Parts: sequence; C-alpha cells; structure tokens
Amino acid sequence: MTYNFAFLDEDTKRMLRRALLKAVAIPGYQVPFGSREMPLPYGWGTGGIQVTAALLGPDDVLKVIDQGADDTTNAVNIRRFFSRVAAVATTEHTAEATLIQTRHRIPETSLREDQILVFQVPEPEPLRTLEPREAETRTLHALADYGLMHVKLYEDIAQYGHIATSYDYPVLVDGRFLTSPSPIPKFDNPKLDRSPALMLFGAGREKRLYAIPPYTHVESLAFDDHPFEIQRWEHQCELCGSGESYLDEVIVDDRGTRMFVCSDTDFCSGRRAEAQA
Amino acid sequence: MSALLQVRGVSRHYGPRIGCEDVSFELHPGELLCIVGESGSGKSTLLNTVAAQLSPTAGSVRYRQRNGGWLDLAALSEADRRRLAREEWGFVTQNPRDGLRLNVSAGANVAERLMALGMRNYSQLRAIARGWLERVEIDPSRIDDAPTSFSGGMQQRLQIARTLVTQPRLVFMDEPTAGLDVSVQARILDLLRRLVNELGLAAVMVTHDLAVARLLAARTLVMQGGRVVETGLTDQILDDPQHPYTQLLVSSVLTT
Amino acid sequence: MYVAVKGGEQAIARSLELLAQAQRGDTAVPELELAQIREQLRLGVARVMQEGSLYDENLSALAIRQAAGDMLEAIFLLRAYRTTLPRFGYTLPLNTAAMRVRRRVSGTFKDIPGGQVLGPTYDYTQRLLDFEHAPVASVTPADAPLPPDMPRVLDLLDAEALIERIEPGSDPEPVDLTREPLTFPADRATRLQNLSRGDEGFLLSMAYSTQRGYAESHPFAGEIRMGEVDVRVCPEELGFAIEIGSIVLTECQMINQFHGGNGVPPQFTRGYGLSMGEGERKAMSMALVDRALRCDELAEPDDAPAQDQEFVLSHSDNVEASGFVQHLKLPHYVDFQAELSLLRTLAAQHATPSPVQQGRESFEVPTA
Repeated sequence: MTYNFAFLDEDTKRMLRRALLKAVAIPGYQVPFGSREMPLPYGWGTGGIQVTAALLGPDDVLKVIDQGADDTTNAVNIRRFFSRVAAVATTEHTAEATLIQTRHRIPETSLREDQILVFQVPEPEPLRTLEPREAETRTLHALADYGLMHVKLYEDIAQYGHIATSYDYPVLVDGRFLTSPSPIPKFDNPKLDRSPALMLFGAGREKRLYAIPPYTHVESLAFDDHPFEIQRWEHQCELCGSGESYLDEVIVDDRGTRMFVCSDTDFCSGRRAEAQA
Repeated sequence: MSALLQVRGVSRHYGPRIGCEDVSFELHPGELLCIVGESGSGKSTLLNTVAAQLSPTAGSVRYRQRNGGWLDLAALSEADRRRLAREEWGFVTQNPRDGLRLNVSAGANVAERLMALGMRNYSQLRAIARGWLERVEIDPSRIDDAPTSFSGGMQQRLQIARTLVTQPRLVFMDEPTAGLDVSVQARILDLLRRLVNELGLAAVMVTHDLAVARLLAARTLVMQGGRVVETGLTDQILDDPQHPYTQLLVSSVLTT
Repeated sequence: MYVAVKGGEQAIARSLELLAQAQRGDTAVPELELAQIREQLRLGVARVMQEGSLYDENLSALAIRQAAGDMLEAIFLLRAYRTTLPRFGYTLPLNTAAMRVRRRVSGTFKDIPGGQVLGPTYDYTQRLLDFEHAPVASVTPADAPLPPDMPRVLDLLDAEALIERIEPGSDPEPVDLTREPLTFPADRATRLQNLSRGDEGFLLSMAYSTQRGYAESHPFAGEIRMGEVDVRVCPEELGFAIEIGSIVLTECQMINQFHGGNGVPPQFTRGYGLSMGEGERKAMSMALVDRALRCDELAEPDDAPAQDQEFVLSHSDNVEASGFVQHLKLPHYVDFQAELSLLRTLAAQHATPSPVQQGRESFEVPTA
C-alpha cells in the first residue's frame, strides 16, 4: 500500500486549499477546517504539515526550520517526512526555497513574492489566555471588541514599566483582526508587516487556518506613548559577527560561560561563507 | 421631557415559574428609580430583563438613542447589545467581584472601558483612572494594586468608578450596598448620591432597603411576587403606603 | 569551536535503532504474535479500536505490539492510519435492540424480560493474583447468544411514559468530527461522537465527579448490554440495505432523575454510552457525562466541570492531549531566550529600586 503524494488524499488537499483561500480573503481571520489526524503528534506541527502538504507540488523546493535552525530534530523529522511521502527537493538555503515551514522564527533573509512561509501554530487564539471560551472569543472577533487585549498590555506597563510580552506578541492584521503571529519572538514581528511573501498559519490541534497575504499591513499592538519595540542584544553573533540578527544563547562549559550565536543557522553560515570568500 | 427608557407589560418566566409579570414604567434622563422588594420578589429578574441580559417572555423594553430614535431591545442584535452595554450603559453588580476583573490592577479596571472605546494613550488612561479613584475616595497611589487587596467597600467603589468612567447615559445597579457593613453602606450611598447629581445620571437601582430608596430615588416601584404592587414618589410611598405589603415593608423599616 | 545543536539527522537515526531494539527486548524470548494479542489481550484491543475509532482487531493488535503496550501510542498509530482511508459510505444506524447479547445487566429491576446475564466479566473475580496460572487446554465453549430482539429495559419505562421519549429520526444528522472541526455549542450527536472517541480515563474521572456532587443527577444503570450487532449499509446503486458483517459493542443506558423544568414534566431522563468491543467502563462513563452535558437542554444549573461542554469536549481526546503536553520537550530556545532577556531586564530594574519607581512614575508625564 502506498500513500498519496504528500501523504494527504487529493480531496483533503482541496478542502485545505479552499480553507486557505478563505483565509487569504479575510486576512487574520481564523478559518475552522477539518483538520486531519496526521502521523505526527498534535503540538508538533500538524497544522503546518497539512498546509504544506496541501500546497506542495513536485517542483517545489522545501525548507523546514525550527527555532530558526534546519538541523533541530523536529525540523529534520518534518523534512524527512516530506522527502519520504512527496520526494520533493529540500534545501537549507532560504533564498532557494519556494516553501518554508517554520516553527517559532521568520528567517533573517528577506523573503520574496514567489515564496510562501508556513507557520506551525500551537494556539491560534490571541485572546485565549484572557478568555477561555471559544464561543465568546469568536464573538469578540466578530465585533472587533479588543479592549481586553489592551487591558493586558496596560497591566504589563503598570507592573513592569513596559510591555512584558516577548513572543507571540499580538498583532492587528489589516486593521481588522487581532491575530497571533505564532510564538515567534517579537523581534520577528516587523517582518510580518507588508511582507512580499504569503504567510500561512496552520493550527492542527485547534483546527484553524489563517493567513497574512502579501503586502498586508500588520501592526503590533501598543500604546501611543509606549510604542512597540523589539529585542536588542549587547552582543554580536560570535560566529558571523552579525549585529542585527536574533541570537541564541548557548552555554558552552560547566562554569556557565555563555556564547551568543545566530538563531538562523542558514543566515549565519551564509555570512561566514561570504566572509571567507 | 421625553423618557430615556420605556418598559411596557414586561414578563419574564422561568418555565412555569414567574420571575416578573406585566411590569410597566418609564425612566427619564437624570432620574434615579428604585425597585424595592424582598428577595424573590422578582426585582433582579426585572432589572436583568430591562438591561437586556435576559429576554422578556412578553412585553417590550425601548431605549431612546442619542439621535432621539427608539430602540426596541428585543430586536437588538448581539453586536448592538454589546455596543450599548459598552458605550452607553453601565451595570453595577451586588457583589463587586462579579463586576471587576480581579486579576488586573485597580487602574486597569477603571481604564478598561476607555480602552474598549479606543483610547490608546497610556499616560492619559492613568490620569483619568487616578482622577476617578479620587472621586470614589480611593487613594490614587493604590492605582497599581490588585482589587483583591481592597476591602469590600473599596471594591464596590472601584466598581462604581469602573462603570461611570465613560459617563454612561444609563446605569443599572443591583443591590450595590447589600452585603456591606452599615457604616460602609452609608459612605457608598453618599457617594452615589453625589455622583448621580454631578453626572445627572439616569439609573435603575434594585434594593431591598427602603432607606436606600428614600435617600436616592425620587420615584420608587414596590414589587411582590413578581408584580408591581405600588408605584409613585418615594416620599409618598414611605409616608402614606397604600398597599398592605408596602405598609408592612414600611413598618418593618420603622421598627428596626 | 562549539557549534550549536547540529546533528539532528544522526540523532534521530540512532534513536530509531535503539527504539527497535528496546521494543523487541530479549531476542531469546519469542516475539508476540498478533493473534496472541488479539485473543489474549482483547480488552486492550477493544480500547485501542474504540479510541482509535477503527474497528479492526488485527490492526489494533499490530498497533499495540508496535507501541510496546503503550495504549495511547497505539491509539495514535491507529488514528494516523485511519485518516488515510478512503470513505466508501456510511453505515445505517446500528440497531442495538437486535444485539446478539452475551452480557446484560440492569441495576434497576431485579428481574427483567430476558433475564440478567453476567457473561464474561471481572466483576466477581475477587482480584487474587493467579500465581498458579496454568494454560487451559480446553475451555468450556461459550454460551450460545441469548435470543435476539431482547427488549431494552428503558423501552419498558417508555411504555409507561415515565422516561423522556426520543423520537426515532429526531436527532440531527451527525457531523463527522474527523472531517469537520468541533464548534460550540455542539449538539448531542456531536457530543456523543466526541465522547466515544474520548479518553477512557478522562471520561471516568469526569463521570466520577458527577457522582460526588458536581452535577449530581442520581443515575441508575438502566441497562448495560454487550454482544454482536449487524452492520448494514445501503449502497446507492442497490437502493436497499445489505449486511456487511457484525461487530461487538457495549451499550449503556443510564436512567437519571429529573425534577422537571423548561416546560418538561418531572420524569426520568437518559444518558447514553456506546463502545466498540467489551468496553463497559467506557460506556458507563460516557453515559454519565452525556447526561451531565444535557444541562442546558433541561434547564439545569451548569456550574460543574462535567457540565461544561467546552471544557469536556475540548480536553477529552488523548491523542490531542498527549501530543500537546509532550510537545513541551521540543526546543523552545527562541521563546525561552525572549523570556530570558525580558527577565534580565526586570531583574536589573529590581536591583535598583528607585529607578523602577521613577521609571513607573515617569510614564505619567504626558508626552510632548
């Protein structure tokens, strides 16, 4: 017995593509969809995998990253899965990929119009921690009633002096829907705004899809007098010397010595190769 | 002057049980109306029905909008109901814990309705919140404290500030002083009387306490078994009750 | 030079080798045959079929062996296989009144038409470990199934109009939860579908809570029956129903007290549970939770966890729950790094208290 190209049967892919079209038509709106049970545990990227499976064609070049890296185990596992069931070409180079599935990062290298970024989303509902009821959060979205989210941001400033949300930082898409950018660091939020690449989000366990179409305005919530800010480091990447990339902190010995390196491994190795040349 | 709220023959049943039956009244701008009755008399059911939190089994409730047009609350969409509740109305619950957001600070509680209306300047939100804390006699330096660290009376005053901060056109209050010590009650009633005058509030307040009605309301409606048994000027009702049940209520106030 | 977390590919390959080894165990011990699992671990096989939503004893046995006896992993394996299967059609509703009953008990009447039949049950085994266990060469042949069309106990009450009547065909056509997302509020058919796929342990605890005062509904086990039921389909090209086989089911109908309300007179109400194979604990738990979730329809108070449909239905599925709990072992370096730098900022503020106060106050100054 063999599996269909990219695992899912064509009817399922069609269902997914219809839902994705709807998502693109209503930027930031969470489209409920008939999420299938995938041979990967929930919470490990079942949503992203379904989106990727629905979009992959034989000519695509796939890149999979987790935490910005191509070689973390989950990224490897998902890439192996698609090599096995779809036999598409894979790459670690952002610029070569037509489709990039990611967990928790947006590549540092600017994306292009002919690329699609697929996000794995654990919790698509940005209001969930403030309001546990699905029936209620859907109503709040329908009415664009987002005062609650600002209560949270207000409280952060009151308690900590600044907004203390460092990842999965809520955004307003196209001035209408409050949306979770998935747990990317807020460092990556500006890359969402008016991105030339189509951004698709898949939440398998919660059975929701949503999208940020190319060149859509994406605003990170803030107050007029407390504007949105991204993380900054005092360090530069110790491998490539980059001063504008998101850095991972690595503990290198048992005395707790630390080293800061690019989280985006392709970006980092590209810079090093350039420096060598 | 034209009424702000018009209640006509409103009934609300729970299966075979009657919550309230065939109630009519009008409320004018700047007027505070008290609904008085013992527990189980249907006054809270009536309040919730009039405030569009319960749908009436029969009858109609109409609200006059700013543009002078009447709005039939039964025909209100969920979106409009929420918009009214957020922008034009306020609701003060008996237990302040039901009306407050307990997991965020006092300041956030006061500022929430402003943020819901789109105010996005943190300093301004703080300034208004401080002003309102002062107005309800809470030390503004406690702006960042959790409401859970407040006494019951302070919590109720905080809820009042949170509700009135957007200067609603119409406020519903469900026994706002019940469950508090007598001295605390007096302070809140005093505060309410002052705010009602200053803001020219229109309000419907439910209470079991005739003394509260005497202090705040020009007009009072007495309920028993879900029905209105007597209605009129508060002083008249207290000084010369006509219905035997009102007479009983009045005499019990006098003897205690 | 230290290179951050490379080698995911090799790590996975080696892990798979080690897993294969661990799963096989000592090769001096013969490998389990699927028939052994199917025949001797039939209750485990039933659970995996039920929560895996696929009636196939052999595949269930295969999944159990491949999962080294981890039932949730076996259920996951079966589900991931099931998702790829094409749909030929849907069966007609099963008629459990025509069950070829092998076990049937009622807690409501001492004697019932057709009688009480214990069948194969652990209920009266005394739970003593059988150290002397010797394989039995010949087993007494199973009792012949009881006569078909044995009346259901609840139908007897129905005749007296003492129990709510559910008109045949009055249920809405159920949605297929493996094809459509769950949305709220969910109707009863959808809830039952979710519960039947739900984790036995979760439903057991929820059901137990209803007996301890959280949504008390005074249940009686009206009837529990287990046996074979024919499965019928009506292919479009034929236009009439044909039998395609039979499956073993356990059905539980609970009877619950109801005081009347919402225009309904006081009467008994029903809670329903159904499980593939012999799955009595599951079917009973399901019936209790089903009844608790009917609180809205019956205008009952709805303050207990088991009455909260968003809570119960969103957390009942063990494949979802297990995946999400265990996803915490995936790398979260990026988010953790973000939290780390935030915490360092806060700690730095904390170490110098006056600037914090100043900092906080400075936000009060209106910006120019």
